[in-house]
This record gives sequence, C-alpha cells and structure tokens, in this order.
Amino acid sequence: MAKSSIKVRAKVKKGEAKVKCLISHPMETGLRKNKKTGKLIPARFIQEVVCESSGKTVMNAQWNGTISKNPFLSFAFSGAKSGDKIKISWVDNTGKSDSTEATMK
Amino acid sequence: MNQNRRVLLKGTFAAGATGIAISAGLLTPKAVLAAWPKAAFEAKDANAALEATFGSSSTTKSGDIKLKAPDIAENGAVVPITVTSKIAGTEVISIVVANNSVPLAATFNLGANTKGFVSTRIKMGKTSDVTAVVKAGGKLYSTSKNVKVTIGGCGG
Repeated sequence: MAKSSIKVRAKVKKGEAKVKCLISHPMETGLRKNKKTGKLIPARFIQEVVCESSGKTVMNAQWNGTISKNPFLSFAFSGAKSGDKIKISWVDNTGKSDSTEATMK
Repeated sequence: MNQNRRVLLKGTFAAGATGIAISAGLLTPKAVLAAWPKAAFEAKDANAALEATFGSSSTTKSGDIKLKAPDIAENGAVVPITVTSKIAGTEVISIVVANNSVPLAATFNLGANTKGFVSTRIKMGKTSDVTAVVKAGGKLYSTSKNVKVTIGGCGG
C-alpha cells in the first residue's frame, strides 16, 4: 500500500485525547509564480480535514491556501480511552483525498 | 520522473479507495462532500469573511480565548497559531488574518466532546492582526494579536 500522506499521533491522558497530525501537501495558494516561466502555479490546497473517533466526527476543519505547506494540526477531545481508533481524512480542491487510521496511546 | 509516477499512482489509489468506501457505505457522503464555504474563503475583507461564515460580523472581545502566536514571525510562510477557548460550549473556532489577500484562514467545527483547542500553522503576507473568533451558544467572541512579519509567505 502506498504510504499515507498523514502522520498521526494521539495520546490519552485522564480520558482526554490530544491528537497531533502532520499532512504532507504542497498547499499552493494559486498566487505564487513559477520563477522560471513567470506563470502562476495553480492553486492546490486542502479544503477539508475530518477527524472521526468511535464513529463520531470529533472535528471538521475547513481550510484554504492560507494554511502552511505540509500542514500541522493539533486538537483535543474528551471521552476517549487508550486503544481507541482515530481516523483522519482530507480532501483538496482538486478532488484528491487521503485518509489514515491510528490507535490512540 | 519517477517521483511523478509515484504521485500519480498514489492519487489513483486514494481516489479508488474512496470510491470503494462510498459504494460500500463505509463513509457517509456528508463527510466526503460537506459544503466548503466558498464565499467565506473568497471574501476579501475580514468582516465579509465573518459575515459569510457566521452570518454576523459583530463579535465580543473575550479574555477567555487565548491566542498564542509569535510577536515577530521571521518567516511568514510558517506562523504557528494556537487558540484555546475556555468558553463553555465552544462550537466553532475560526482564524482570521486581517491583512492577508484572503483573510479567513481556517474554520474548525468542533464536536460535542472536543475541547476548545486547536493548533496549526498559517501563512501571512505581511504584518497583521490575527484574530481568533469563537462561536459558543450562538454568540461570537474574539481575541486578536498583532504579529509582525519580516518575510512574507504569500506568493512573490
């Protein structure tokens, strides 16, 4: 299987899970120019990141090109226990998507 | 060349996998095709962006929201931003950068059990006020911080 573009680390402490994830993505705003050709580099950025745990949507983030290249995202939620699964997926403006699943520590 | 091929394969695989997941009913279509607020992300000034996101641009300043951002960002392409909201029932957190060409950077819709805490990295074109807007119990609260940028990170 192709290597996922998402890296997730989730830790549970006293029922509260803290999730950190890194996504490898160019996050082009569409405003940058290719220095050699002088042409605009077409926009390509993640529009939406969805995080689910135990069948519930924990967080749904809507982004545009303002988010940095290779985005980092961290958030926390309660009611989690060690060993629970967490699923992160993203969709970009060109329709590409990826998702990954991890087990919380 | 080889790398391009990798990317292509990866893309095809991902698209294929999603297709299968949908047809098998594993993913709800809502999660895949949730409406991306195009108007909000295309708005050219901060108030219009808030108007499009929340239906109102009047916010109350609140000390219960903490916005952690550097005083001076050396590199505008990567500015770490952390928002912590102590307001009970925080539903939505938005990050707005007033002087960017597209002010609305991100909107985080939080689930019922999710803490009022998000951390991410954003791009900033020039020195600007960064505002965190929190929606809780139908009301809007905000807090801002000025971040000085030495090298811009949007185009150029």
